[in-house]
Amino acid sequence: MQNRNLLSLLLIISATGLALAVNFAPNNIFLGRDVSIRLGLDLQGGIQVLLRSADPDATADEIATAARVIEQRVNALGVGETVVQQAGNNRIIVELPGVANPEQAIETLRGTGRLEFIDSQGQYLAEGTIVRTSSSPNPPQLAESDTVTDVTSLGPIYQSITDGADLDTSAVQPTFSQGGALGSRPAVSFAFRGESAQRLASFTAANVGRPMCIVLDNVVVSCPVINAALTDGSGIIEVSTEADRNRIFNQLKYGALPVPLVIETSRTVTATLGQESVAASIIAGIIGLAVVAAFMILFYRGPGVVATVALLIYTIISFAIYRLIPITLTLPGIAGFILSIGLAVDANVLIFARLREEYRRGRDIRSALELGFVESWPAIRDSSVSTLITSIVLFMFGNSFGVSLIKGFALTLGLGIVISLFTAVVVSRTFLRLLLPLFSDERAWWFGVDRRSATPTAQAAS
Amino acid sequence: MEHLVRRRYWWFTFSILVILPGLYMLFLHPLLTTGRFAIGLRPSIDFAGGALWELRFPEIAPENLSTDRIAAAFAAGGFENAQVQLSPTQIDGKAVAAALVRTRPLSESDPNTEIDAVMKVLTTEFGNVSRERLESVGPTVSAESTRSAIIAVLGASLIILLYLTWAFRKAPHPVRYGVCAIIAMLHDVLVVLGIAAILGATIGLEVDALFLTALLTTLSFSVHDTIVVFDRIRENLLNRHPAETFDDIVNHSLVQTLPRSINAQLTTFFTLTALLLFGGDTIRNFVLMLLIGLISGTYSSIFNAAQLLVVWEHREWRNWFKRGRRDEAAPAV
Repeated sequence: MQNRNLLSLLLIISATGLALAVNFAPNNIFLGRDVSIRLGLDLQGGIQVLLRSADPDATADEIATAARVIEQRVNALGVGETVVQQAGNNRIIVELPGVANPEQAIETLRGTGRLEFIDSQGQYLAEGTIVRTSSSPNPPQLAESDTVTDVTSLGPIYQSITDGADLDTSAVQPTFSQGGALGSRPAVSFAFRGESAQRLASFTAANVGRPMCIVLDNVVVSCPVINAALTDGSGIIEVSTEADRNRIFNQLKYGALPVPLVIETSRTVTATLGQESVAASIIAGIIGLAVVAAFMILFYRGPGVVATVALLIYTIISFAIYRLIPITLTLPGIAGFILSIGLAVDANVLIFARLREEYRRGRDIRSALELGFVESWPAIRDSSVSTLITSIVLFMFGNSFGVSLIKGFALTLGLGIVISLFTAVVVSRTFLRLLLPLFSDERAWWFGVDRRSATPTAQAAS
Repeated sequence: MEHLVRRRYWWFTFSILVILPGLYMLFLHPLLTTGRFAIGLRPSIDFAGGALWELRFPEIAPENLSTDRIAAAFAAGGFENAQVQLSPTQIDGKAVAAALVRTRPLSESDPNTEIDAVMKVLTTEFGNVSRERLESVGPTVSAESTRSAIIAVLGASLIILLYLTWAFRKAPHPVRYGVCAIIAMLHDVLVVLGIAAILGATIGLEVDALFLTALLTTLSFSVHDTIVVFDRIRENLLNRHPAETFDDIVNHSLVQTLPRSINAQLTTFFTLTALLLFGGDTIRNFVLMLLIGLISGTYSSIFNAAQLLVVWEHREWRNWFKRGRRDEAAPAV
């Protein structure tokens, strides 16, 4: 028995030591792994968007390709901890934590990136005009508008000279236009291949001196005058700002989305609001822990102190696991953790209540302790399993919907149950067994029990 | 110690008194006021679709802000019928005007233009306006979340019932334990839903994805507590003295588990109260609902679930309608 206790103690000390090493790893690097705490969008600010294919006939393959293209664009944005995930048959979830300009980020993700040149019949179309082209006559921007009922009223369909699929992405580079009346401006270079390059060459040769419009995702970018024939199919797109250039570059470089996407759901939170929530929940956590510890010590005395130590170990291990897995902490996730403190204590309460009862029935402290653990086990096991079931169901519900709030709560609650089983049963038991020599019958007060105060009911039951 | 089992119909009456007003607000009130069958809960944008804007107005004194002015600005920006709720917050000890605004969802194809339009009107009207939060949920998504919410609640209940029947397979009449636990669970669901309906009508509490989480957690709490009580009954039944009646065993078990129930509930109660007071606005309603569910769950496991086992043991329903007074049926040993 003594050997087993020492072995358990060794296990507890090494688990706690390991957890502390993770929690206080220098620079948050533990064994070459980044173990910094990850905060969810609601705590550090950022955006979550649920994109849906605007084309109801989109295949699963097209959605998967779209998700990959978006992932590349997201990586190019240079934001850490991003998530791009397919959800169901026709949706994509994108999470961008800590993005300063959510609108622009969304535009970058969603632009299909189909570059076309159209024959505008000699007209200069204003920048930003949504046009119908022969290769994409029903852009989602127009089709979605509820004021339009008659398709023919949407405006003329312009002839596309090039097809977006012929774009040579390796030739897409950020650059500057060479001089001109307004001096040098940001621009993106491009080159078409194959048939599109030939058509572009013959169209420009025949229309020197006339405007030709550059259209990206059915939106007019510019309508430059053709100075000379573009014989090799390459050229540049001039834009007015660097932000525009980056957006267009991103959309062209990482390929075109196979399907147009619309934003079905979006959630944006600023960093300020997030920081306020973090501060509030840290205070709530500390107060919750302190009150529980005070209550346990006042009510159960010696075992209460042991339970408090177990609770501290529980907290240390929980945070180490959050860092290792890693688990993204959200506000409900923190709530789940704080709630699991209560459940972790519940197991201890069950054990101590049993211990007291057995002691009052006249057993000595050693056997009361052992019986307390044995007899409270079925109740602890059954109740933990039912809470575990609930957290699994919650997790699945959250997962199927990208409701990351619920997922966070379910994860921390479920993990809390598992970790608390370890701390309540192994940690508390080992400490109490090792401290047993200190508790003699004369010092029963330490255990929060007094043999003379035994209630008639308890005696009747024994 | 009070004989808890002998007063079982008092406990049931108390439960019914708590549930009835909630049931009225849930079902009868919407039927009477609208003439159509509806559930008297206020769905949030998670389930009804729509957009939620959290705005702060650092250049406006909180008392100068009115819901009408904000609603008018939203209407001018293209969002008719915006519901505005003022929520001034303290930042660094200074009161800052803030508001929560609910509107229809943003356009799926061109949300930025719509956001820009509203922000432009707001800035002209109120000076600098910061947008702290903007959530928009499309109608398809909200319909699907409502459906999977219902599936999640039903699925969790079913799995818990199955587990419970299995866990008590060695006790006499294991099905009784499962059914009584489910009735107690149903009691807690009705308490939480009923109070949510009442709070929805009075302080505008909305039912969102987090509320659903609170409801499911209540379910598991409720069963968690009931299991602890049932576990004790199961154990005492196995060691019963020949002279003991079933009522006595249930009563002993309740008295034995009572200190634990109260202490365990108190610790969770403390942590939840800390969350309620200091945990921030976003989860306040969620924690409130958890607290209510927790209290109801503890009550129902002691005063409903275990007592129902006694009612079942004596098949007391055979006496319910024979005499006028239910209390007389109780000591049917």
